[in-house]
Order: sequence, then C-alpha cells, then structure tokens
Amino acid sequence: MDRPLLLKIEGVSKSFPGVKALSDMHLELRPGEVLALVGENGAGKSTLMKVLSGIYSVDEGAFSLNGEPFEVTSPRQAQELGISIIHQEFNLMPDLTVAQNIFIGREPRRAGGFLSDRELNVKARTLIDRLQLPLDPKQIVGSLTVAKQQMVEIAKALSYEAKVLIMDEPTAALNDAEVATLHDLIRRFIKPDTGVIYISHRMGELKSISDRVTVIRDGQYVDTLDTAATSMKEVISLMVGRRLASDLGPEGVRDDREVLLAVEGLSTKPLLKDVSFELKVGEILGFAGLMGAGRTEVARAIVGADKISAGTITLRGVPIVINDPSDAARHRIGYLSEDRKRFGLLLNQDVNANIILSSLRELFSRFGFVRDKQARARSRELVGSLRIKTPSVAQIAKNLSGGNQQKVVVAKWLVKDCDILIFDEPTRGIDVGAKEEIYGLLNDLASHGKSIIMISSELPEVLRMSHRIAVMSEGRLTAVLTADEATQESVMHYATLRPEQSIADAIELGIAGPHESVQTTRKAREK
Amino acid sequence: MTPTSAVQDRPTRGLAATIKSRFQQFLAFGSLIVIVVFFAFASPNFLTFSNITGVLFSTVVIGTLAVGTTFVIITAGIDLSIGTGMALCAVMSGVFLVNWHMPLLLGVLAAILFGGLIGLINGFNVAILKIPPFIATLAMMLVAQGLALVVSGSAPIYFTDVPGYLEISTGNLIPGVNFPNAVVVLAVVAVVAAVVLNKTVLGRYTYSIGSNEEATALSGINTKKWLIIIYTLAGLFIGLAGVMISARLGSAQPATGMGYELQAIAAVVIGGTSLFGGKGTIVGTVIGALIMSVLNNGLQIVSVPQEWQNVILGGVILAAVYADNIRRKEG
Ligand SMILES: Nc1ncnc2c1ncn2[C@@H]1O[C@H](COP(=O)(O)OP(=O)(O)OP(=O)(O)O)[C@@H](O)[C@H]1O
Ligand SMILES: [Mg+2]
Repeated sequence: MDRPLLLKIEGVSKSFPGVKALSDMHLELRPGEVLALVGENGAGKSTLMKVLSGIYSVDEGAFSLNGEPFEVTSPRQAQELGISIIHQEFNLMPDLTVAQNIFIGREPRRAGGFLSDRELNVKARTLIDRLQLPLDPKQIVGSLTVAKQQMVEIAKALSYEAKVLIMDEPTAALNDAEVATLHDLIRRFIKPDTGVIYISHRMGELKSISDRVTVIRDGQYVDTLDTAATSMKEVISLMVGRRLASDLGPEGVRDDREVLLAVEGLSTKPLLKDVSFELKVGEILGFAGLMGAGRTEVARAIVGADKISAGTITLRGVPIVINDPSDAARHRIGYLSEDRKRFGLLLNQDVNANIILSSLRELFSRFGFVRDKQARARSRELVGSLRIKTPSVAQIAKNLSGGNQQKVVVAKWLVKDCDILIFDEPTRGIDVGAKEEIYGLLNDLASHGKSIIMISSELPEVLRMSHRIAVMSEGRLTAVLTADEATQESVMHYATLRPEQSIADAIELGIAGPHESVQTTRKAREK
Repeated sequence: MTPTSAVQDRPTRGLAATIKSRFQQFLAFGSLIVIVVFFAFASPNFLTFSNITGVLFSTVVIGTLAVGTTFVIITAGIDLSIGTGMALCAVMSGVFLVNWHMPLLLGVLAAILFGGLIGLINGFNVAILKIPPFIATLAMMLVAQGLALVVSGSAPIYFTDVPGYLEISTGNLIPGVNFPNAVVVLAVVAVVAAVVLNKTVLGRYTYSIGSNEEATALSGINTKKWLIIIYTLAGLFIGLAGVMISARLGSAQPATGMGYELQAIAAVVIGGTSLFGGKGTIVGTVIGALIMSVLNNGLQIVSVPQEWQNVILGGVILAAVYADNIRRKEG
C-alpha cells in the first residue's frame, strides 16, 4: 500500500494483577475501512481498545496515526487526536437528558457561565437528525431502553470529529433492524480518511459491515483476514481454536407437555395489553419482537418487578399473586435481567458472592451462617463449566471482561434450583463458543423438567432454541408459533404488526371490535 | 480444547495485595499508632494505665453506636437517630428500672429492645415507605430527642436506688484490676458484630444491598425485609449504648445525645466503610472509634482548647475520606 496506515499498534503488552490481558499485540487499521476485531470472552479486545483510548496505560508498546508515532496519555487527549470510543459498558448519566449526556463537559455556555439548555437541545437535535437516530434530546436517559441508550452513546462518540471510531460490541443490545440502522450509520461515517474498529460476537453481521477481520486469542494476535474471501466458520475456528457444530435446532420438542404457568390478560399501565400465554413443563418458550415490543416488561411483570394493572398468573392450576421478585423466588421463578450492570451484578463484590447470591440462604447456609466452603466449591464448579475467565472466584466482578460478567449472572441462576427461569438476553456479549455451551446448559435444564422463557433479540438464537415462540409487538402478544411454523419470515411478520396504527393488522389479530374499527376508520378518512 | 480459565482458590494475592485491599484499615491503624506515639511524647500523663482505661472507657459509647451504624452504612444508608435515640433509651432504662422497678436484667433487656423498636421504625420508613434514610432518621432524631424530654419530664433520672446498674459499666469483671466492664462489653459486641457481618446470611445481604439493591432484589431476595432487620439490629446497638452511658453516668440525661451520631459516623468512615455502600468492616470501625477517642482525650491532655479540638477532628475526617478516594482511583 502506498498510503500510510491510519492506525498502527505494535508490541503492546498489558497486565493486571494475576492476568496477562495483552502480550505483544499488534493491529493495523487502513484508512477507509471497517476492521472487525473478534476473540473469545476475555481475549483482550476491550483492554486493547481501552489502551488505545487512554483509559489504561500500556506496559509496553508503540502507536502511530497516519504514520506519525504518538502516545496516549488520557482519554481527553485520545479524543483530541481523533480517537473516539463507544464502550461495551455504557458511560451515561441516567438522570440527565439525552442532550446533556451527549455534550457532557462541553455544554454551550452563555455570558456569565450559565448553561443554555435551549442551545444544548438545538445542538443535540441537529446531531441526532444528521445521524438519523430516533431520539428526543430532552428525554431522560435512564428511562430509555438499552438499545436507545446505545444510540445515545453513538451520537456522543460521533459528536467529536473522530478519525478512528472504536465500537466495542455496539450491537449486543440491538435487534436486526436496529443493527441495519447502525450499519448505515457506519457506512455514512466512513470516508477515505476515517476508519472504524468494530468489536462484535455476532458473526453474521461481520460479513455485511467489515472489510477485514482481526482475530485475537488469550491476549495474543492470531491473524487478519479479508472478510470477503473468508468464511465465518474459519474465523470462528481461529477464535476458539476448534470447530463448532452449526445449524442445530431446538431439542426435545413435544406437544404433550403439561401446562405449568398460565398468564392471562396481563397488562401494565405503560405498555402491556392483554398478554396471555402458557408455559409448559420442560419447555423452552422463546420471546421474539422488536425493541420496545414489551418482552422485558412481560418478564418483569411476572416476577413482580413492575406493577401490573390487570391479569392473572396461574401456577400448576393455582392462581398466585406475586408482588415482588422475592415472592417469585418463593414460587421458584427466577429472572435474569437484560441489563447486567444495573440489575444483574454486584460489581464491587467478588465472583463467588455474585454466583451464590440468589441461592445463599437456601443452599449455602445453616442456622443463618454461610457455608463458605460449599459455596465456593459450587462457584468454582460453575466457573469451570461455563469457562468463566477469572484468576479466581475471589476476583471482583468489575474486573472481568463483559462476556465473563454475563456468564457470572447466568451462573447465578444455574445454581439456584428454579422451576421456571426467565432469561432476558442471556447470551448478550457472550462469544460464539460459549454461547453453544450456554445453549447446551439450557437444553439440559429443560430436559430435566425445568421450564425456560428465553427472551432474545437475536432471531437465529430464538429459532435455534425455542420449542415454541411467542412474538410480541407494541405491548401485545401477536402470535405463538410452534417450532415448525417459526421461520425468520413468519416471526418478523408478527413482530412488525402494528395494530395501533393499522386497521388491517388489528383485524388480523382480531382485536378491533366493530366500535373501535369504525372510529379508527373515520380518523383515517379525516386525514 | 484448551481450558481458558485457571481456577484456583487463592488468587495471586501476596501480602502487598492484601494490604492494598485493606488499605484503609492499615492506614487507620497506622494513624492510630502515630497519634498514640505523638501524645505519648507530648504528655507524660497520656500513656498511664488510668488514662488508657479512661480512653477505652470513652470509646465504648461511640464504639457501640458506630458498630451498629456500620451495618446501616454498608447498605448505603445512614442513621442520624443514634445519638438522641441513645438518650431516649437511657431514659427508658430509667423508666423501666427506677419508675417501674423492673428486675435489673429485664429492665436492661427492655431498654435494649426499645432501641430495636427505634430501629424497626427507621427500617420500616426506609424500606417500605421509601423515605430516604437521611430524612427518615433525621426525623427520628428529632422525635427521639423530644420523647426523651417528654418521658423524663426534662429531668435526669438517677439510678442510685437500682443495685448493680452502675456495675454494668464501671464494675470490674476481674477483681482488683481497674478494667471497666464497659470495655469488655464493647469487645464482645464488636466480635459478635464482626461474626454476623462476615459469616452470616444477614451480613452477606448487607453487603449485597449496599452494592446493588435492585440486583439483589431481582435475585429473589426480600430486600425490604432485610433492610428492616438491619435497621432493627442497629437499633439494638442504640439501646445498648443507652444502657452503657447511663450506667456510667449513674443517670439518664434526656438532653444529651445530640452530636454522638456524627462522632459515630465519623468513626465508621475513618475505619474505611464507604458511604456509597457495599464496603466496610467492624475492625475498621473499632479502630475509627479508638482514633476519635484518643484524639478527644489526647488533645485535652495537651490542653488544646475545645474549639480547636473540633477543627482538628474535622480535618482528620477529611483526610481519612480523601485517602480512601485516592486509593479508589488507583484501584
Ligand atoms: N481492570 C481489570 N483488572 C483485572 N483484570 C482485568 C481488568 N480488565 C480486564 N481484565 C482481564 O483482562 C482480560 C481481558 O479482558 P477484556 O475485557 O479485554 O476482554 P474482551 O476480549 O473484551 O472480552 P469480552 O468479549 O467478554 O468483552 C480478562 O481476563 C479480564 O478478566
Ligand atoms: Mg469486552
């Protein structure tokens, strides 16, 4: 190549106490390209990017930008050099608005040092429009879904004049439609003098967005391949050091299972409308739908994390009342949240404390005293079977890589002996190899008679695992499909029905009473 | 397939790492020694047997309150009602023993349980009514102060006619050695509290709630119930402190108590417990309480005026929290 590389990293090493996260790592980013960076959980991807963006200092190594050597000393300086990063874990202030978050520390000021909210919102509006994001500058970030928070992060990163944009698992929380939007955004960002480093565990999307793929393993460089000339199978086997079986489907599908849990007419004030479904013994029931369809809300309503405004829940034929998650736990219903940092982990506690949290009293205590030996032994078992990469179970959860943190949350629910497990995005941020292991564990649980609700934004995953699939749209359940009926197309069809906007859709769902439909028709005509 | 995780029991945790993870306690302990050495050189009266027992003696009240509050602060809460709550419990002890002539043991137990009741109400307000701990316990601080005056008719209650009451605090377990029982009580209390915090389900939940209350609740733990239990437990310490202080003074002083809460909270913070929750130890708190009373005592002995004593105490608190912040950043 005649043109200098946009970014070059050479001989980078970085250690943490007990962990060698990177050793002699190198990486080359050409101008105008999207470079995918892949590797197993804990391979060192995030660490490399944090080193590059000035969050960690390196033990050794050299960087150059457009052929010019440089040193990164602080995140601010990295930004000034044109290196912008979107972190795997969000760095948003939940109580501030979208606009305030985007321009935090750079708020427009008026004479006298007062902040101008109006100007701030206008600036944010311009940016959001330019990026074509469905955001409102005045909304409080804490009230947004994970996917929308992700968009705020993207807007924030692109608000700097970035030359190198690093995205650490930007799509982990997005569904396919949102991924497509993000990819459009990236393509618009790419110019002859810019480049993107794109980290993801979703192999499917690498093909469509990246030009080359760099694979790393255990903190070391493995190879860089041209995406167009490579099959994803190859990439995966480089990543995990072995081949994986693919194209598997759900296991143990039967239609003679007994009903365990029946949900009837479940509604909540903000979103859910008349959701009814059944969960059977030993069944994996998938929940599919677009962002904001209400899948997480169903889960939270069932376990009593949110108030319901109507509806009944029947367990083994007996109506039950669940006021909070501890009631749910008493009925042996467990819920793994989609947002591990906010609702899943005790970030400042060690791995062991996190894994045994939900089962501490039941399984690991006697007369109120904790049986630490047993607890730690069990934690160690799970660390082994889920291959959680950590120097010991005494490691603080915060220091684990994102995917390994997710595994810890999964482990917490595998330890507790629940009859019903609701997994909300259980494989978020988990690498391909480990995903298969988790699928295996879920299948195991189901074959032992546990019932599982699996919410996922990754359609292939839902199709791969579910005995039946419940599809949601706009707070309603639009279909429950059997494994045979379910295809990418049929699920998408029901996920995109919009009964509130379209009469045809409402009629298809049989929810438009004559009265209602006349009104809507009239409204439509008036327009 | 290569195993990617090497799981051992003990991490690569040498002495250096242990010191780092317990930095605040080591720092507090080091400071304590430095302070003691300083006063020992500054005044010949400091390192005498009678002064040392005196210092330990005065640690008892703040220490007992601080140990109870440690639980609350680890849940990311705060308890401002411990000072005046203690005065109210002292008054109640007077009511039970002097006015109602209850048997000694029963009366003392009732006074301690009364403290538990104060804590229970705090816990209810925080966990069920969702009133922020600062406000809930601030209100309780005022309520307790008022009630102490109302119940006692604004006059001290004297325990002169209650045989054995003063012995609880000032008596000597070992005959002939002038080592007050109160110190033994604090030692026992601290050990029990440390065991509860480290070895029991209650202790683990205390840390969990302080680390992430929502995640703990979503793990199926009845955080409301446990918060109430934790505040009630802290209340029992208030009751005990009320007994100890009145036994030492020989009277229940209804108008005192205000100010003790800040001393106790300062002791907890100096001992390395984070006001953000999820982190803290009883050992640290005891060291913190010792630092507070050594400073109180030492500054008096070297005749620093009262006003300046407070200035110095304030400075020590700032220094302690600042040291913790630095460690956190480097973390
Ligand atoms: N602050 C830290 N302290 C100690 N160890 C750390 C720290 N940050 C990362 N590590 C360790 O370094 C290794 C690499 O972590 P990193 O976050 O870079 O992985 P990753 O490739 O981004 O994984 P994932 O796909 O799960 O996000 C892991 O073993 C992790 O536990
Ligand atoms: Mg990562």
